[in-house]
This record gives sequence, C-alpha cells and structure tokens, in this order.
Amino acid sequence: MNTLILRTVAPFVTALMLLFSIFVLLRGHNEPGGGFIGGLIAASALALYGIAFGVGAVRRAIRFHPMAIAGAGLFLATLSGFISILAGVPFMTGLWVYPHVFGVEVPLATVMSFDLGVYLVVVGAITSIALALEQEPGPDLERED
Amino acid sequence: MATPTNLSAAFTLTPPPLADWLVILPVALMIGLGAVLMMVRKSVRLHGAIAIAGLAALVLIDAGLLWRVATHGPVTMVMGRWLPPFGIAFTADLFGAAMALAAAVVALAAAIFALRDIDASGRRYGFYPFLMLLMAGVSGAFLTGDIFNLYVWFEVLLISSFGLLILGSQPEQIDGALKYAVLNLIATTLFLIAVGYLYAIFGTLNMADIARKAVALRDTGPLTTLTGLFILAFAMKAAAFPVNFWLPASYHTPRIVVSALFGGLLTKVGIYALMRVTVMLFPVEREALSIVIVVIAILTMMVGALGALAQSDIRKLIGYLVIAGIGNMLSGVAIGTPGAVSGAILYALHSMVTMTALYLVAGEIGRLGGGWSLVHLGGLFRRAPSFAGVSFVLFLAAAGLPPISGLWPKVVLLKASLDIGAWWLAAAILVSAFLITLALARVVLFAYWRPSPREIEPMTAAADWRIALPLAALTALTIFFGLFPETLLGLSQDAATGLADPTAYIRSVFPQGEGQ
Repeated sequence: MNTLILRTVAPFVTALMLLFSIFVLLRGHNEPGGGFIGGLIAASALALYGIAFGVGAVRRAIRFHPMAIAGAGLFLATLSGFISILAGVPFMTGLWVYPHVFGVEVPLATVMSFDLGVYLVVVGAITSIALALEQEPGPDLERED
Repeated sequence: MATPTNLSAAFTLTPPPLADWLVILPVALMIGLGAVLMMVRKSVRLHGAIAIAGLAALVLIDAGLLWRVATHGPVTMVMGRWLPPFGIAFTADLFGAAMALAAAVVALAAAIFALRDIDASGRRYGFYPFLMLLMAGVSGAFLTGDIFNLYVWFEVLLISSFGLLILGSQPEQIDGALKYAVLNLIATTLFLIAVGYLYAIFGTLNMADIARKAVALRDTGPLTTLTGLFILAFAMKAAAFPVNFWLPASYHTPRIVVSALFGGLLTKVGIYALMRVTVMLFPVEREALSIVIVVIAILTMMVGALGALAQSDIRKLIGYLVIAGIGNMLSGVAIGTPGAVSGAILYALHSMVTMTALYLVAGEIGRLGGGWSLVHLGGLFRRAPSFAGVSFVLFLAAAGLPPISGLWPKVVLLKASLDIGAWWLAAAILVSAFLITLALARVVLFAYWRPSPREIEPMTAAADWRIALPLAALTALTIFFGLFPETLLGLSQDAATGLADPTAYIRSVFPQGEGQ
C-alpha cells in the first residue's frame, strides 16, 4: 500500500482533510456538518497517514493517546452541559455569547463546545480502532501504547 | 443578535431549583469521571482513588436525591429547558431514586474490593473507566423519564459491560462474552423495535406523557402486543426463563468483582425497566398478561433454585441464585397489587446488595481455597472463622431466612399472593426458597465445614481492609435491614404506590397539566 505516490501526497492530503474536518465542524453550527462527521473526516485523515507512514508516525504526530483525546472530548462535552447551572437554566441548555474580535461579531455557544467535545470523542475513538487495525501483528499487539 | 421572540411556547422559563440538579448529577458525574480516567489512563495508581472518591460522592448525591424525592415528591429536569414532552426529561421518583442509591452503594463496595482483585494490567486495560461508564448507564436507566433515553442508557451500560466482561482476554471469557453479547444485543434490538412501535402508537416517548395518554388509546391501540414485546425484551435482560441461559454461561468467566457488579446491577436494571413499563405505563395490559408473567415467574424461580442445587462451581451457583431472585420479583409484577409490587421492589433492593456480596464472598473463597469447585474445597471455617461467619449471614440473606434482610421481601410477596388466593404461587416461592437453602447448605457443608480434602493448603496472603471493608459493610447492611425493616418497608410501599398511581410523577413533568 505505501507506494512512493502515496507517501508523497499523504502529508498534503492529511493536512487538507484535517483542515476540512474543522471547517465541517464549525459549519455544523448552522448548516449540515458538525462534530460527528468532522471527527470522522479527521479520523480518516489520520488513518491515511498511518497507511502511508506506519502507526508509530501517527502516534508521534498526535502526541496524546487516542483514548485520552476521546476522554478529553467527553469531559468537554459534559462540562458544556454544566455551564448552564451558572445561568440558572436546566442542564444542556445552549448559552450564547457574541464577542467582537477585530470588529467581527463571533457567536460562541456551549452548543459549539459540546460539538467540539463530540469531535474529539469521534477522532479519539475511531483513530484508536483504526490504529489498532493498522498495527502490524506482533507480540506487543496487546499493549498498543 | 438574538431576536426578541416569545420563548414561553417552547421553553420552560422559570429557573429550576438548585436541588433539581440532583437528578442529573449522578449521570453527569459518572460520565465526567469516566472521561477523566480515560485521560489519565497511564497513571493507573490514580484510578482507584479517583473512582472510589467519585463513587462515594455518587452515594451522597443519590442519598440526597432520595431524600429530596421522599420529602418533595418526584423531581424532574428537562434537558435544554425544552418543554416536555419534546425535551428529554430526567424524572426521579422513589422507585428510581432508591434503586440508584442501592446501585451506587454496591458499586462503591465493588470498587474497593477491586483494589485487590484487579491487578495493574486490568487497570491499564481500563477497569475503572469502564466501571464509571457502567454506573453512568445504570444511574441513567434508573433516573430517566424518557423511554428512548432509557434505551440509550441500556446501550451505555451494555457496551461498558462488554469491556468489563473481557477484561483479561482469556479464551473462556471471550466464549462467555459472545453468548452474553449476542443475547443482549437481540434483547436491546427488541427493546428498540418496541420503542419504535410505541412511538408509532403514541407519538411521544416521554413516560409521563405515555402514562396519561394510554387511557385514551387503550381501546384503539394494540397495547397488549406492545406490552408483550416489552416484557420479552426486558425478561431477556433480566434473565427470566426461558431466555435465562446467557447468564450462567457468562457470569462465571470474568474477574469476580465484575461478576459481582453484573449480578448486583444488570439484571435489576432489566427488572426495573419491566416494572416501569408494565406497572406504571400499561397496568391494564399487565393484568391481561398476568397469567403469562406468573408462569414465567414460577419457572424462573424453579430453574434458578434447581440450577443452584445442581452446580458444583460456586460462581455458577450464585448465577442461578440471581435467576431465582428474578423469578421472585416477577411474581410480584404478575400479581400487580401495590403490596406485591412493593415486595418486588424490596426484593430488588435486597438482591442488589446480597448478590454482589455473595460474589465477593465467592472471590474470597476462590482466593483462600484456590478454586471454586465444591469437589476440591474444604476447611474454610477452620482457616478463616470470621469470614465464614460473614458468608453464613449472607447465605441466610440469600435463602430468605430470618433475621437477615432476605426474609422481608419474601414475607411481603407471600402475603400479597395469599391475599389474592394464589396459594400455588406462595407454595412456589416457598419451595424455591427451600431448594436455595439446600443449595447453600451444600456450600456450607462442603466448602466450610468438612476438613479440607487436600493434604497441603495453598498459601495465601491474609485478607486486608480492601476485602474486609466491602464485605463487612454489605453484610452489615443486610443485617441492619433485616432487624429494622420499617424504613425500607415503608419506602418500598410508597414507591409501589407511586408506580401504580403515577399522578405525582406526571405532575412533576407537566406541572400545569398543559398539552393535555
């Protein structure tokens, strides 16, 4: 699978796909898209990188263990639900702020941080599975970290 | 940017009292802690401390919730402040809150026991994160007020239980897990089909909404079929006869503390859902199907008791005791009077504590005696007299003999069945209890009383607080509620009344009775 062609284009394609996944994540705010599909795109980007350069390269590139990324996402999503306790509204109520950054109004919401959490959960979980499947069978297969 | 619109048509605009957060906190806390444990998955030393602190907090939160429900009536919080039935409601009534509290106590005991039972590789594999997510699923199932959400929590606890079941990756574990997984996936799918069917009939998934709409739809909707489908799905989850065989096939394979969690919690979630649907939502249909349920109940009791009598592996024997208990609870559902339902609730609470404690006893037997087979065990009374005393108390509890907590649910169920003239059901309960007493007497005779058949005893380290504390605490609970059952009897009666007449439950979700 890891031909010269793949190894040459893989970094570019991976970078593009990761960028696109974030675009889809943010677009999901008001239009089709969102954390789940964005996370899937990012996970396939990492899987492609893994096919081209091996599982070790991906693990080094993402720094954290995929399951830790998923855990962070789950934690962020839970936390987003709890922010509403400060505003005196029930759990998981969407809260919005509209700060002006360089004169542009940027709507931010707990809905978005929840979606970011979903994104991270999907990236972490699917990458974890993909890397385990791509790993060369060997004595160390059990301890994938 | 926000346009001024009339939000009151879609949203609850009054801020919820802070105490209402108690209904969502158990689930949110468990998910959050599970996430944290996943992030620190390398530092396995931290896992036990974080998990035990979290479960202790869960016990306190659930106790607070139970107190709140007991004093103020059912508590509801609707996610995202949408008006019910459109928002997903979490509603805790006495039944749900009491079950959640018992589950938290059991999980805390198991987590402490696991400090000794689960080694570093088991922790690295993720025992404690799985335990947290399992408890999120269990708490969610007990506290949700939305039937599709109930399905989601079933999935959450099922997936966590898969992870726990194959902890260690032994071949026989994979074998047990496969049977467990296939049967449970079929049951979950049946449940999902039933939910879809229900949605097609009612157009709503909120349980309070279903309860109040069922009255009008009873003449036109095929509600008996629907109830039958739910009963089949939940009976599979609860391991009732004839769909009980997955339980003895799988519960003896994982680590003993995992068996303890499963035996204490998972089948009870099935029974809880069964009671919620049949007693609260579809009481008339339950009445129509009561003959079916009573036959299932008696057969489950007998299969459980005879199976326990036939086993020589202690872990499998306890698996059959779990099944026999399910039969007893089902008989309460079959009779359906508030008295009988309160007996079933009492039995469920008692069984959660007792079955977990029994599996922990089995773990200690395995450690002391080097195995679980009654053929090879012996001399435990001599080796560990105080442990033998604790085991004996728990055996009495499981057999339903005084003065331990197992007596009272049986008494309530017997009285309820005699009240409606079902002497044959009362006889079945007694025969099953008698057979279980015999089965446990066999364990005492072989494993504890007779001298060890081996020349040289296996050397084992002494038991420390990580084993003694959970066992002693659970045993103390069963003794306490055996001697002073008034609180628990009153609680289960109120819970059963609230289940049979869900007016307070409905009013908690729809305070003004709107949308009627």
